[in-house]
Amino acid sequence: MKIVVLSHGSAVVGSRGFRWTDFALLVIPLVAVYFAFPSYLSLASYVVIMAMFALSLDVALGLAGIVTLGHAVFFGVGAYAAGLLAIAGWQEPITGVLLAACCAAALALVSGPFVLRLTGLPQVMVTLLIAVLFYEAGNKMGWLTGGDDGLQGIVVDPIFGLFEWSIYGTTKYVYASTWLVVIFFAVQRMATSPFGLALRGIRENRLRMQLIGSPVMRHLMVSYMVSAFIAGIAGALLAQTTEFVGLGVLSVETSIDVVVMLVLGGVGHLFGALLGTPLYLLVKDLSQQWNPHAWMIVIGCLLVFVTLFARGGLFGLLHALHDRLRGRNDEGNS
Amino acid sequence: MEHFFGALTFVVLYGGTYGVVLFVLSIGLVMTMGLMRVPNIAHGAFAAIGGYMAVTMMVKWGINYFAAIVLATLCVSILGAIAERTIYVRLYRLPELDQILVTLGLCFIVIGSLALAFGPNVVSIPLPSSLTEQIGLFSRSFPLYRLFILAVGIVIIASFWLVFDRTSFGAQLRASVDNRSMAQATGIPVNRVVMLAFAIGTGLAALGGGIGATLFPLEPLYPLKYLPLIFIIMALTGFGNIKSSIAVAILVGITDTAGRYFLPELGGFVIYVLVIIVVALRPAGIFASRRGA
Repeated sequence: MKIVVLSHGSAVVGSRGFRWTDFALLVIPLVAVYFAFPSYLSLASYVVIMAMFALSLDVALGLAGIVTLGHAVFFGVGAYAAGLLAIAGWQEPITGVLLAACCAAALALVSGPFVLRLTGLPQVMVTLLIAVLFYEAGNKMGWLTGGDDGLQGIVVDPIFGLFEWSIYGTTKYVYASTWLVVIFFAVQRMATSPFGLALRGIRENRLRMQLIGSPVMRHLMVSYMVSAFIAGIAGALLAQTTEFVGLGVLSVETSIDVVVMLVLGGVGHLFGALLGTPLYLLVKDLSQQWNPHAWMIVIGCLLVFVTLFARGGLFGLLHALHDRLRGRNDEGNS
Repeated sequence: MEHFFGALTFVVLYGGTYGVVLFVLSIGLVMTMGLMRVPNIAHGAFAAIGGYMAVTMMVKWGINYFAAIVLATLCVSILGAIAERTIYVRLYRLPELDQILVTLGLCFIVIGSLALAFGPNVVSIPLPSSLTEQIGLFSRSFPLYRLFILAVGIVIIASFWLVFDRTSFGAQLRASVDNRSMAQATGIPVNRVVMLAFAIGTGLAALGGGIGATLFPLEPLYPLKYLPLIFIIMALTGFGNIKSSIAVAILVGITDTAGRYFLPELGGFVIYVLVIIVVALRPAGIFASRRGA
C-alpha cells in the first residue's frame, strides 16, 4: 500500500516527538471506555490487546514496508511463552510479559534472515509458510502446547503484589491499557527518530538507501525484532488476562485478521492500528449476530472498498475530514 | 522387495496424482502472475466455486459426473473472464500490498457466500461407480479414481504443451509473459491474451476443484486452506514459468506424500521446511536461470 504522505508530514513523522494532543487522543478514549462500559471490561481489554498486536504489525508493515501474512507467529509464541512461564512457576506478570516478548524477538532474529532479504510476493509467501509451519508444530507438540485443548490453568500473581485480578476485568483492562500507552509512545518515539526515517527510506526505495550507505539489512532486522517484541507483548498479555492459550493464536486466520484490522484503520500512521482494531471487532461482532457467515462477506467488501476507494483507511478519512474542517489553513506553512 | 515396490508405487501414484491436482489448481495463478504480476489470493476461490458447482449440478440436477465437471469448468472460466475485465483490470497498476488486499477481500466474499449457500461443513462429491473400483498393483490395491486423475493430468499437460509451443496463441502468451510492453508494441492484443489466459487459468482451477474434491475436500474455507500449497507451487516455479510448474507440482506432490509416508510423525513439515529454504535461497524459483525475479 502506498503510504499517504500528508502535506506537512506530521501524521507520519511528527518531528516534535511526544505531543500532549496525541496523549489525550489515546488516553481519553481508554478512560472513557473504563467508565462507560464497566461490565464489558474483559472484552475491552481484548480489544486493547489486539490493538497492540495491530500496532506491532504497523511497525513492520507501515514503517519498514515488510509485507507479512504470518505475524501471528510472534503473537502466538509470546502467548505460549507467557502461559508456559506462569505454569512453570514464574508468576510475576510484568517480567513474564517481557520474557515472553524476548522469546518472540529471538524468533524474529532467527526467521528474519529468511524473510527480510526477500521483497514482494516471495516475502509474503515465506511469512505465510513460517506461520503454517508454527501452527502445525503447535498442533503436533501437544505435550508442550496442550494441542487442541490449549494451555489451561495459567495463574498470575497480582500486579506489583498489590492489584488482584478481579472478576470484573478492571485490573485486566487497566493493566493492558497501561502497556498499550507505554508501547504506543515508545513506537512513536522510534518512528520519529533518525532510525524511523531510515526505515521510511527503505520502504520507499530500498536500493537507493543501500546506495547511500544505509545498513539496510540491519535496520530491517531491528525493526522486525521490535515488531516481534511488541507482538509478543500482546500475546503474553492475552495469555495472562484470559488465563488460557489456544491454538488459534498461531493460526493463519489470526495473521490475516491483524492485517485487515490495520488496513481498515490505515497503514503507517500508528493511530490507524488503534482505530482499525475496534472497527474490525465491532463489524465482526455485529455481522456475526446478524448471520454467522455474513461477516466474511462484510469484511471482504470492506477490504475491497477501503483498498480501492479509501486509501489510508479510517485514519485517512478522519484526516481528510480534519483537513477540510480546518479549510487547509496550514497548507501554506509547510 | 515386493513391499518396497508396493511402497514406491504408492508414493509415486498418490504423490503423482496429488501433484497433478496441484498443477491443475495452480497453473492459472502461475500464468496470471507472469502476465499481470497480480498475486491473486482469490485463485483458490475459483477452484472452490468450480467444485461446488459440479456438486450442485450432480446432486440437484442429476447431471453425470464427467459432464458436471466439464460444465463447471466452462462456467467458471466465463466467470473468470468477467472478473478479469471488471475487477482485476483495476489492480494492475496498484502496489503489491493493495493487490493482495483486494484479492483477499474477494476471497473472503466467496468464502462467506459459500458458507451461506452450502453451510459450513465439508461437502463430498459423489463419485460414479466406474471410478470407485479398485485395481491391484504390486500386492496393493489402488482406486481407479487415482488413475483417472493421472490421465486427466496427462491430457492437460499434453494439450498445454501443444497450445504453448505450437499455436500462435501460445506464442502470443509466451511473448506477453516475457515482455509485456514489447509484445504490445509488436501488435499482440495483450489485453485479450490476458483475459483468455485468466479464463483458462480459472477454468483449470475449477477443474482441479472438481476432480480433486476427494483429495482436497470442498468446504467454504477451501480458498484459504489450500492457499499455502498453491503458493508453494507458484513460488518454486517463479513468475510465469509455465513449463517448470508441471515439474514443480509433481515434485512437490511426491515429496509431500513421501514425507508423510516415510516420516509420518513429521507429517507436512518436510515440504514446508524445504520450501522455506528453497525460496530463501532462490527467490526467482528453482528452475529460474534465464531471468531474475
